[in-house]
Amino acid sequence: MLALHNVLRAFGGVRAVDDASFTVERGEVHGLIGPNGAGKTTLLNLISGFIAPTSGTISFEGRSVGGLAPQRLAALGISRTYQNIRLFAGLTALDNVVVGQHLRRRSPFIPRLFFSPAARKEEEAARARALEGLSRVGLHGRALTTAANLSYGEQRRVEIARALGAAPKLLLLDEPTAGMNPPEAHEVGRLVREVAREGRSVLLVEHNVRLVMELCDRITVLNFGKVIARGTPSEVARDPAVIAAYLGDDSGGAEGGGAA
Amino acid sequence: MNLYLAYQGLIAFVGINALLALSVYATLSCGQLSLANAGFMAIGAYTGALLTLHAPGIPFAAVLLASALLPALIALPLGLPVLRLRGVFLAIATIGFGEVVRLGFVNWDYTNGALGLVAIPQRTKPWILWLTVLAVLFVLGRLRGSRTGYALEAIREDEMAARTMGIETTAYKLAMFSFGAAIAGIAGALEAHFTFIVSPSGYSFGRVVDMLVQAIVGGTAYFVGPVIGAAFLTLLPEALREAGSRVGLSPGPFRLFLNGVILLAVILYLPDGIASLPRRLRRRVRG
Repeated sequence: MLALHNVLRAFGGVRAVDDASFTVERGEVHGLIGPNGAGKTTLLNLISGFIAPTSGTISFEGRSVGGLAPQRLAALGISRTYQNIRLFAGLTALDNVVVGQHLRRRSPFIPRLFFSPAARKEEEAARARALEGLSRVGLHGRALTTAANLSYGEQRRVEIARALGAAPKLLLLDEPTAGMNPPEAHEVGRLVREVAREGRSVLLVEHNVRLVMELCDRITVLNFGKVIARGTPSEVARDPAVIAAYLGDDSGGAEGGGAA
Repeated sequence: MNLYLAYQGLIAFVGINALLALSVYATLSCGQLSLANAGFMAIGAYTGALLTLHAPGIPFAAVLLASALLPALIALPLGLPVLRLRGVFLAIATIGFGEVVRLGFVNWDYTNGALGLVAIPQRTKPWILWLTVLAVLFVLGRLRGSRTGYALEAIREDEMAARTMGIETTAYKLAMFSFGAAIAGIAGALEAHFTFIVSPSGYSFGRVVDMLVQAIVGGTAYFVGPVIGAAFLTLLPEALREAGSRVGLSPGPFRLFLNGVILLAVILYLPDGIASLPRRLRRRVRG
């Protein structure tokens, strides 16, 4: 579904992503882990069109999409959340999720201008769907709260609901549980599995290694922009290169999965 | 009735200024600070005046339509490059456009250069003016809560995030830029057919600053804000004219002084403008 082939992105002399290749299959939860500065967020920015690859190809459903604008990629079915939350802060939680449905809605302005009943019905349906989306992340009761007034964890969940509003084929999550307490993080994990069961793919950047190990079908490990390991969670946890990257070179410990 | 006749002119200027403030609000509503609207106003005013002077048979409605359409069309090729600019750069580029238009008219012999066109028949009736204001308010009001309106709000809040929702930000920004140009153009034509004259000096940089100040003082979070701001800043200096002359200030400088003081006060103490006052008071009473 999503395939990266020898993708390289340089900022001046720094290769933030260096020759990365991996694939994400339909319905798969794919983890992307690595120490700070490994290039995980840069990779998400490449896939969502915020930046263009310096070289290499990114293909989505067989079509080459490297360097396309974010709105074009969104139209192809790629949604994302942000590490540094980017909700529409002045809008309510519900309105944020309604905006997330932009691509799904067929609602031209001229009939709406003249109070067309069809336009009204479409709008009510959109709001009902948005409310459902909020229920799904457990925020039914916060629908009319302005996004800026929500707690950190709540904002992250509204972002996920907003991204799901577009009914994406591929969902990119950038540290969705950062700043959440364990029960909240667990809920997000459950939601991610549920989303994958619907046939959507999830690419998950996450520092909570335990969650990644529990959740992901496959994991790609980055360090200094290079892919140093890939495979199932248990394969990756045993990989000496991963253990070295996380715990330092001279460590022989087997705790690769435990440290974050 | 006598009272109305005495203040007829003032009331008309409130309407014209309301349209101009709304034209600035149109682009502000999707987060773009464009200062091209004095230029668009000039194009609309000259278009309307030339049509009326050279083809008196054309109905006024058609004249107004032309005065809205021409600036709106010019806004499209202009907007495509300048809307790529952000913040202060967009403001500067659009100020440049306004000055180009003004200087163009100064140097155009066909429209009598700096003297402008005179003896334009007075065709702007109060009801035509206020109907136009209502029509613009209606369109802006119906935008709220629509898919289009949500897209505009999203662009204003975070343009990059809006793009990842699949919103074609350039198209929306361009549409609002063109809509603002149409409103400014129609306001220009209405003013020309009310004051009998058009001349380039009426469309200087100061004019667009007035529009912007009125929009901000009234409040740009809600679409009636600019109308309130225009009414407030048009009427207040008149109401205080007497007091001003008593302390030895002539009306012109007094108006500028008052505008400055009010703008400062609003930005410091009422950042969402006068339109947000009722909500603030209610909150204070409750809290």
